[in-house]
Amino acid sequence: MSERGKWHERLKVTLWTLIIPPAIWAGHFLASYLWAAISCAKAGRFASFPLLFVIGTMLALLMIGLSGWIAWAQARLPGNPPPHEDSTRIDRLRFLAKSTLLLAGLSFVGVLFAALPVIFLRDCR
Amino acid sequence: MSLHDQDDPALRAAQEERLRAVWAPPRGIFLRWTDCNNNRVGVWYVLTAFGFMLFAGVLALIMRTQLAVPDNDLVGPGTFNQLFTLHGSMMMFLFAVPMFEAVSIILLPQLLGARDLPFPRLSAFGYWSFLIGGLFVGGSIFFNAAPDGGWFMYPPLTTRTDLSGLGADIWMLGLSFIEVSSVAAAVELIVGVLKCRPPGMRLNLMPLYAWYILVVAVMILFAFPPLIAGDILFEMERLLDWPFFDARRGGDPLLWQHLFWIFGHPEVYIIFLPSIALFAMLVPTFANRHLLGYPWIVLAAVGTAFLSFGLWVHHMFTTGLPKISLAFFSAASEAVAIPTGVQIFVFIATLWAGRVTWSTPLLYATGSLAIFVIGGLTGVMVAVAPFDWQAHDSYFVVAHLHYVLIGGTLMPLFAGLYYYWPLVTGKKLSDRLGRVAFWMLFVGANLTFFPMHLSGLMGMPRRVFTYPAELGLGGLNMASTLGAWLFAAGVAVICVDLSLSPRRVRAVRNPWNAGTLEWLAHPEDEDWGIRSVPLIESRYPIWDQTDFVREVDEGRFFLPDAQEGRRETIVTSVLDARPLAVIRLGTPSIKPMLTAVALGGVFILTTYHLYWAALVSGVATLALALWWLWTGTAEIPEKPCKPIGHGLELPLYLSGPSAPGWWAMFITMMADATAFSGLVFGYFFFWTRHADFPPVALADGPGMAWPMLALFLGIASWLLTLGAREVHARKHVGMARLCLMIALVLSLAGIGAGLAGPWTHGMDPQAHSYPAIVWTLAIWAAAHAGVAAIMQGYALARSLAGRMDPEHDADLRNVTVNMHFYALTAIVTYATIGLFPQVT
Repeated sequence: MSERGKWHERLKVTLWTLIIPPAIWAGHFLASYLWAAISCAKAGRFASFPLLFVIGTMLALLMIGLSGWIAWAQARLPGNPPPHEDSTRIDRLRFLAKSTLLLAGLSFVGVLFAALPVIFLRDCR
Repeated sequence: MSLHDQDDPALRAAQEERLRAVWAPPRGIFLRWTDCNNNRVGVWYVLTAFGFMLFAGVLALIMRTQLAVPDNDLVGPGTFNQLFTLHGSMMMFLFAVPMFEAVSIILLPQLLGARDLPFPRLSAFGYWSFLIGGLFVGGSIFFNAAPDGGWFMYPPLTTRTDLSGLGADIWMLGLSFIEVSSVAAAVELIVGVLKCRPPGMRLNLMPLYAWYILVVAVMILFAFPPLIAGDILFEMERLLDWPFFDARRGGDPLLWQHLFWIFGHPEVYIIFLPSIALFAMLVPTFANRHLLGYPWIVLAAVGTAFLSFGLWVHHMFTTGLPKISLAFFSAASEAVAIPTGVQIFVFIATLWAGRVTWSTPLLYATGSLAIFVIGGLTGVMVAVAPFDWQAHDSYFVVAHLHYVLIGGTLMPLFAGLYYYWPLVTGKKLSDRLGRVAFWMLFVGANLTFFPMHLSGLMGMPRRVFTYPAELGLGGLNMASTLGAWLFAAGVAVICVDLSLSPRRVRAVRNPWNAGTLEWLAHPEDEDWGIRSVPLIESRYPIWDQTDFVREVDEGRFFLPDAQEGRRETIVTSVLDARPLAVIRLGTPSIKPMLTAVALGGVFILTTYHLYWAALVSGVATLALALWWLWTGTAEIPEKPCKPIGHGLELPLYLSGPSAPGWWAMFITMMADATAFSGLVFGYFFFWTRHADFPPVALADGPGMAWPMLALFLGIASWLLTLGAREVHARKHVGMARLCLMIALVLSLAGIGAGLAGPWTHGMDPQAHSYPAIVWTLAIWAAAHAGVAAIMQGYALARSLAGRMDPEHDADLRNVTVNMHFYALTAIVTYATIGLFPQVT
């Protein structure tokens, strides 16, 4: 693979990049839980339109979307013929990228799920 | 050695003779138990876990017989409490988790074309720990001393010594010991999957079983340590009366529930995923085609692993937490149905697209999927908080969890048993008995557990030893009992089938005509694992690579010989499996067994409050572990490199992030850091539960001065160790030794400074949860300072003894990894106990 490939070919793909989308889900989930638990325990209530939470959720969705988009581009790199199951660098890259893309989809849904309670439930009871 | 050389049959025979000699198991009535080859240890492990499963199954049968008719008096309430507690605890800790570790220890080296996993002695240590701990916990029921507080051991019932006896200590300490062996297995499996794959087996060609095992082993690292943290707090309360869970003195029983279920829910997936992983191996074989949707399985495994850590509160829906909190966990619980469903559809699609060979293992696989789906659907129901409020603690939940575990763990394991029996013994099991047993199990499971949905919704609570006839539950309970006996009879048929196996004739090699690497195994088993380590070009090399089996057998791939008379395997890179080195593996030794016995002594003697004896046992454990490490690890090889065939020369020594030992240290420290985070969670959990935390009257301890000094000492020790590593690499050995010596002194001083804070302020840990948790954190950090000092001393001694030099510095690099985590521990601990009280 030449060094002058497109940007998404030059990005390093590893096992760590694979877990970026679900790790963002985990961060968002943990933050949501801690925010609700601490505000309920310490303040007895939480803000009715929690701006910070909305921004955090948008940010999480954006980052997951971004990593999914990069993965989508990488998963379509031309190289070996289908079914892309050979012991080559490009097939390994395509595989990791496709898995990342799928995880991004799941994480996106997961973050949306975690945001729903804040829309529907607005008190600490 | 070129390809050409392997044409010579005499050379091949000589190679085989050398390999056979190197891998020969120890003989003799006692010495045979010092073996650490994965073939044998794995089989012992499987048989022991299977035995515990049968034992726990008998406990369930006694319970079901007691519940067959209303107002029965077969067993009393006290015995019944012990029965259900031990049944749940043994099935989880002594069957399901160890069974997955056992099966992986047998299968993984075969699947990865490795001679053995990287740390065979660690596997043996794990096995002996498991056996000792298992006998201790399981045997307690014969002394009427079994734990009786339910498998989740909720305080305050279990922490008050006037309400529960020795059983609670046996549960905590016995199972903590087994958790140690699980973490050991996780280290072995992660490093095995990441570093011991055959050349060419890039991540996209890895058998899906290995993907699942990698994911599950990582889950163990994050799931088990919170329970270990909980166990520590729990035993501090029981043995020393430190009130972590006692609401009268500022504690909170809910803290236990959090720590337990942060372990307990991922645990469900820890035992489910490896069992379903067996399907990923056998479905392609019987569909006669590649598995469809390989990345989708990876999505399912990784996605489930993450989501499973966001589910724990769904076990606590009725504890009065704010509804908004419940809703987060309800949402995640619904989301986890997505990846779980994906993998089931992948299996169905593969069968649909293939030419199906209908076999006994496949019958078990499809039957268990049917059972599992029913459990999954009721899982979606109880994930909805308002429904759970109605069903909680009723037999509905018993029905749900048994459908999930029988369909998701037990029956898949039986599928694996019928599939892999020829791999391990060279003989097939009976298709006829297998099918008879399957239908007994399938009908029995449904007859037992389906009526429980109804009895639960009609109001039958869990964990009651009897019920009055007026409730009208007699018919449903009788059906459940009959089903349980039918199920047990099915298991008995399987046992008969297994016991007939030694009389049967050997099967042909690869009897199912599978395509994956593990089926290279020969019915006339050799102990060397694999004749030569192949170059992998496909996910199903036996199907796709021409002449593959013959070339492996004739030693035409890598490492076909053992010239130096050492057990060896190839280490490759994580992403692309490029060959990096040849490592020498541990040989049979008594050290793992002795270390396990000594460590078992620590836990068992503590149970009986024999603290001095436990301390002696602890010192013995440390001494044995050091002896084991000193004589068996980071050995400087007799030559720097060796040829492995095809003109390839690989080094015999690795240090730093490419070495398996470095990864083992890193993984162990991740588990350690997770346990620590459980304790820190405890501190801040108390803060959220109290209007004033620390309470005003107690807030002056531990002050700021001592914690800050301890923090300074910890960081200085860390920096000096880093410095030692750097100057050592630049060949300034004397300078490195000096740095290590000063660092060691600073670590020792850190112990004193860390404990001085709470000590000089006279903090009484029995008075309130605040001094108790501060003491716990300080002791944790001080203990890690002690471990740091031991490791620094070890590296220093290795250097002085000539076992470590600038070219061979694995010990020092591994100690540095520990020091990174020690620095993190010191920063978090002393910032929490020293600075947090200043800001609140």
